[in-house]
Amino acid sequence: MHEIQNNAEALIACIDCDQLYSKPLLRKGEKALCINCGAVLCERKRGGIDLSLALALTCLILLLLANVFPLLRMSIAGIVQEGSLMTGIVEMYKQGYWEISALVFIVTILAPMARALLLLYVLIPMRFNRLAPRAAQVFRLLESLSPWAMTEVFMLGILVAVVKMADLAALQPGVALYSFAALMLFVAATDASLDVDNIWEKIGAECDAG
Amino acid sequence: MQGRRTATRAGYLVCHDCRLLTPIDVAAEHAHCSCPRCGSSLHLRKPDSLARTWALTLTAYILYIPANLLPIMTVKMSGRGEADTILSGVKALIVGGMWPLALVVFFASITVPVLKLLALTGLLLSVQFKSKWRPRERTVVYRLTELIGRWSMIDIFVITILVALVQMGSLSTIDAGPGAVAFAGVVVITMFAAMSFDPRLIWDNIENQPMKEKE
Repeated sequence: MHEIQNNAEALIACIDCDQLYSKPLLRKGEKALCINCGAVLCERKRGGIDLSLALALTCLILLLLANVFPLLRMSIAGIVQEGSLMTGIVEMYKQGYWEISALVFIVTILAPMARALLLLYVLIPMRFNRLAPRAAQVFRLLESLSPWAMTEVFMLGILVAVVKMADLAALQPGVALYSFAALMLFVAATDASLDVDNIWEKIGAECDAG
Repeated sequence: MQGRRTATRAGYLVCHDCRLLTPIDVAAEHAHCSCPRCGSSLHLRKPDSLARTWALTLTAYILYIPANLLPIMTVKMSGRGEADTILSGVKALIVGGMWPLALVVFFASITVPVLKLLALTGLLLSVQFKSKWRPRERTVVYRLTELIGRWSMIDIFVITILVALVQMGSLSTIDAGPGAVAFAGVVVITMFAAMSFDPRLIWDNIENQPMKEKE
């Protein structure tokens, strides 16, 4: 076994099996997989910062719409009732289930909102070749939030609830429902466009220079 | 497999957040052994991975019992109440002829949590007993476990939406039940369990003590 002399910058390790590689040169849209275990080693995305920025901004606007407007309008025997996501969270709290209320708030509103906002905080200065204060910590935080942002799961939850209620009452989709549907797509697009490796490299380069 | 080139053998710590490699001696100079680029704390392997994952997995098993026995919600229609557990909710959907929906709910609320608990237990046991069996496949199982856990939240979301819609009081009400709290607990705790497991432990057993790097 040879001692590896290259400096750390030129190397990359698989986080699932610790296999060490020299960093591959990738073209846009390419990704490298670990030969040993199949995990993604590194990736270069197509879009660039401008696209990620535009998508993150769209997500933020859709999130606002999704939380301001009612999700569904329901009528049973002439009584019309509107419900939004926040109504559910508040009602859950009133019924004494603060744990569920807090959890749903975090995974459907707080985490997606924080991710979009923090992403803008990191990307806007980066777009102008600057680095936001504490960009490394902020980017680390927003990456660690991603398992807890569950917009796409919530969308499926809406569909199940709608089908379940369809027999009992006449349901009309509200603005928030369309917003959530669009949000799901735009969150996926943002994640797909976000070049995490590249952003870390930029943050690292600034750290060294400063 | 014996002479595989790993970061550990080469004397590097891998940052779990930004993936920067730091030589072990350089990392020791930094305060609290933190990543020079992102500030995350560096470890050769996730700290106390096995103990933490075991503790969280066993907790999830225990919570899984009330999650299935207690009602997750109660639907009251003109005075008459009907409590639904996870399983009776699925049964009601099948009886009501909504079998595609029953399939979705069954998959998200029953299949995913059970598979996840079994996968975590299997991974833990295999590492504990230093198994050399199919490391690549076990690593893939780990990645799937991390990926699918979030989908179990569907039932919790459905209850929240139904509660939001039906709150007229007089005619009919939908109340959440204690089973929902236990079930949400299972989902969150198994997510933490998957995060605390370090798949590199699977590979460490195959290479007999990769930690034996010259001090």
